Amino acid sequence: MSTPEPLLNDLAALYTDTTGRLDLLRERLAAAARDRDLLDIAYRTTDTPVGTLLLAATRQGLVRVAFDSEGEDAVLQSLADALSPRILRSGSQLDPVVHQLDEYFDGRRRTFDLALDWSLTRGFRSAVLHQLPNIGYGTTASYAAVAGLAGSPKAMRAVGTACATNPLPVVIPCHRVVRSDGTMGGYRGGPEAKRALLDMEAAA
Amino acid sequence: MSDKQPFDAVVARHGPTVLRVCRALLSAADADDAWSETFLSAMKAYPDLPADANVEAWLVTIAHRKALDVIRATARRPSPVADIADSPAQERADARDLDLADALSRLPDKQRHAVTYHYLAGFPYDTIAEVLGGTAAAARRAAADGIANLRRSYRGATPTKEHA
Repeated sequence: MSTPEPLLNDLAALYTDTTGRLDLLRERLAAAARDRDLLDIAYRTTDTPVGTLLLAATRQGLVRVAFDSEGEDAVLQSLADALSPRILRSGSQLDPVVHQLDEYFDGRRRTFDLALDWSLTRGFRSAVLHQLPNIGYGTTASYAAVAGLAGSPKAMRAVGTACATNPLPVVIPCHRVVRSDGTMGGYRGGPEAKRALLDMEAAA
Repeated sequence: MSDKQPFDAVVARHGPTVLRVCRALLSAADADDAWSETFLSAMKAYPDLPADANVEAWLVTIAHRKALDVIRATARRPSPVADIADSPAQERADARDLDLADALSRLPDKQRHAVTYHYLAGFPYDTIAEVLGGTAAAARRAAADGIANLRRSYRGATPTKEHA
């Protein structure tokens, strides 16, 4: 055994060139898992003017929109912990979401018409987020105004927290919630993304 | 609630090894099916898998069972057509790989399994014993016998540089 053993090297290399095949098998696996009702969460990514967005959906609907800065692995792990580890990448199931996002970022869509799964938010935060679609495209509302809409006019801080933890940013327009003095306030996708969304809506 | 990795990460990490094992035991088309059935079964059971389980050994154990199911089903068919050398996935492989794949496919089952799990999947013999049943020593012997057989058949089919 002083020289490398060609047979063992060849065995170690046998059937290693499977990358393309695996991509196909993984897409097929997601479809089969959906058919057998084993797939709890499907996800994919899509490129937008505010960076790559991760989209995740349950059987109920879109459950999570995440910015690149949140980290794909961290977002998927948080979904596994909070909902289910039965998660697979799957292109087709989220095609309608990608389509509507494309239209939105092209300035051709002002509201989203998508099935949503709200299970990552509850209580007052959920009540706040449910109010946000009432803030029209291209307009903004203050944290105080949203607190009033959600039935607790003094709960501005809680509104801030609800927006900061919005599981469905862009689709649920927390970017339209700004400070009473007109400055932007924070954003899950970073202040540049919030600015870009508001500028885009103002220009459309 | 779970402390488990997303299943997608399990597929990404272990998918290649499971496919290699399936390819070594089955024709290419059957290997695709066995790979899919392996991960579908695994996905079903995944939430209940103990946190400290050896995930790769668990997956390969499932794959081994699925492969045996396919082999049994093929054997029951009146005119078996599974010919490893003609399978589509191997069209890209070079002749040397074909020779080796062919030589591997002709080994007795125990030797082929032990060689596959040790030299292709990289498992230690005690893990192989868990997959196959039996002891680590028996798995080691089967792999050694398999390698000795391959040395004869594979070298015989592939001229070394001095002869070429």
